Amino acid sequence: MKITNVIEANGLTKMFGDFTAVNAITFEVKKGEIFGFLGANGAGKTTAIKMLIGISIPTSGAAKVAGYDVFTQAEDIKKNIGYMSQKFALYDDLTVKENITFFGGIYGLSKSRIKEKTKELLEDLGLEDVASQLVGSLPLGWKQKLSFSVALIHDPKIVFLDEPTGGVDPITRRQFWEMIYRASSQGTTIFVTTHYMDEAEYCDRVSIMVNGKIEALDTPKKLKEQFHADNMNDVFLKLARG
Amino acid sequence: MKTIGYIIQKEFKQIFRNKGMLPIIFVLPLLQLIILSNAATFEIKNIKFAYIDQDRSATSRGLIEKFEASTYFNVLDTYPSQALASSAMLKGEVDVVLEIPLHFERNLQKDKKGNLGIIINAIDGAAAGVTNVYVSQIIQNYNKSILMDVKELSDQQIKPVTIETIPLFWYNKTLNYKTYMVPGILVLLVTMITLFLSGMNIVREKEIGTLEQINVTPIKKSQFIIGKLFPFWIIGMALLTIGLIIASLIFNVPMIGSLLLMYFYTSIYILVILGIGLFISNFTDTQQQAMFIAWFFTVIFILMSGLFTPIESMPRWAQILTEFNPIKYFVEVMRMIMLKGSGFMDILPQLIKTIIYAAIMNVLAVWSYKKTT
Repeated sequence: MKITNVIEANGLTKMFGDFTAVNAITFEVKKGEIFGFLGANGAGKTTAIKMLIGISIPTSGAAKVAGYDVFTQAEDIKKNIGYMSQKFALYDDLTVKENITFFGGIYGLSKSRIKEKTKELLEDLGLEDVASQLVGSLPLGWKQKLSFSVALIHDPKIVFLDEPTGGVDPITRRQFWEMIYRASSQGTTIFVTTHYMDEAEYCDRVSIMVNGKIEALDTPKKLKEQFHADNMNDVFLKLARG
Repeated sequence: MKTIGYIIQKEFKQIFRNKGMLPIIFVLPLLQLIILSNAATFEIKNIKFAYIDQDRSATSRGLIEKFEASTYFNVLDTYPSQALASSAMLKGEVDVVLEIPLHFERNLQKDKKGNLGIIINAIDGAAAGVTNVYVSQIIQNYNKSILMDVKELSDQQIKPVTIETIPLFWYNKTLNYKTYMVPGILVLLVTMITLFLSGMNIVREKEIGTLEQINVTPIKKSQFIIGKLFPFWIIGMALLTIGLIIASLIFNVPMIGSLLLMYFYTSIYILVILGIGLFISNFTDTQQQAMFIAWFFTVIFILMSGLFTPIESMPRWAQILTEFNPIKYFVEVMRMIMLKGSGFMDILPQLIKTIIYAAIMNVLAVWSYKKTT
């Protein structure tokens, strides 16, 4: 099987005035991989993601996502990726079903396809009973699962998850990762940021960002060997503290 | 096209689900229309009138009776001296003091000439001007009737020639202020509601973070904006409809011109306002900021629209500025069509300017809306 890179970043940099938020990061993500994108708060993870998903123009460097250039083909990238932001970004004043229909609609899915997808997603999420409830009334864990499903509604090649499990209970967190694995097994590439180091262990490969730079990138196993640590937590602390 | 449909659907659901917003959109403006149209009048009634009669003659009493008979004046009191009358005016108890000097009647019969003193509280200059006209009219009419008497009494050869003007008031025969104000206030309501709603709408999505989610979809800028603004365009047209019904049912404002033409013009006018709203939305980060900027422009637009004060009496530079005021055109067109029955060719200059304005604002709005930062 030929392994192809779905994300290739080369010296990708973003500056806000004098401040370098992302400092020449270079990495690639392979198709079907679960790629953990770690870093302390303010390390530049979200800024890096925003460049990759085409809503923030890089200051310099180059990157290709799903084969398209972030500078010139941002709209093509958007057709091929899903994104779940740190902040819950579905409509609280629409029902579960209406949110799914709306996002299906603006991704250009046909009516019948939206119907199919809605049924499928509601079943997967076990949300059939609350399908007609306003999203605002749901608990955070359910909202997050719904966001993830909506990010996958157009069957994207890559899905970017920015701290998807922040503030979520351990059971829901486990369910969430089951969903991630399922999506991954169907060939979707997962690009995920997290602050939970146990979640980092679930990733195929992990990068750790410190002050805008990628300081380490490898499988969790190799990283632990490299830093002589028992778990990812120690690896992270060693790196982040400098 | 299908994508736009999904956005419109979503917007309408959100608008009609927002129990706090709905009355603001539909009920408040109509209350405003009813209240403002009754309140915003230049007519002056119940002028507090007092007099100092030093003559105490038949003529002076006759004159005062004329004031008593007038519906504009409330004859309050008589003062023995000017000093007392002045202090009453200072306290705000009276608006006008008429002073009839000693020997007024005698002078009038002997010299055919008499002097009267009128003191008007002119803090509100416009009101004082109107009061002055009323007072002069009453005195002139009275003068004419005295002249007749004098003529009959003395039967002299002097034949005074009186020139009388009989004004014909066109388009608003009864000089009813409501007829004049209602179309103007209707303009305000349509403008304010559509401007505020469109100005705050996209900012709101910025605030709650959903705009980012939209921006990572492959949706086209124009699709998103059309889908976003279309519902407010409909709301603007609905407001116009309800306002016109109220204007005709409650205020009996005539609709002389073509209703179709009015809707056609309004449909383009609302595009201007939506463009401005969206433009504001693009340059602000919070609904609060958007609201302040929208208010700033609304107040300037309203005060310089010719709605309350005639543009002709503004200084030259201000008149030039009003050329950039969309409300001015709408007020003009509304009054022209409703009261004068103006046709398509009559409103063409305003229509062309409005179309150009709409084009510029919407191009600017779409251009300044950025999916990326």
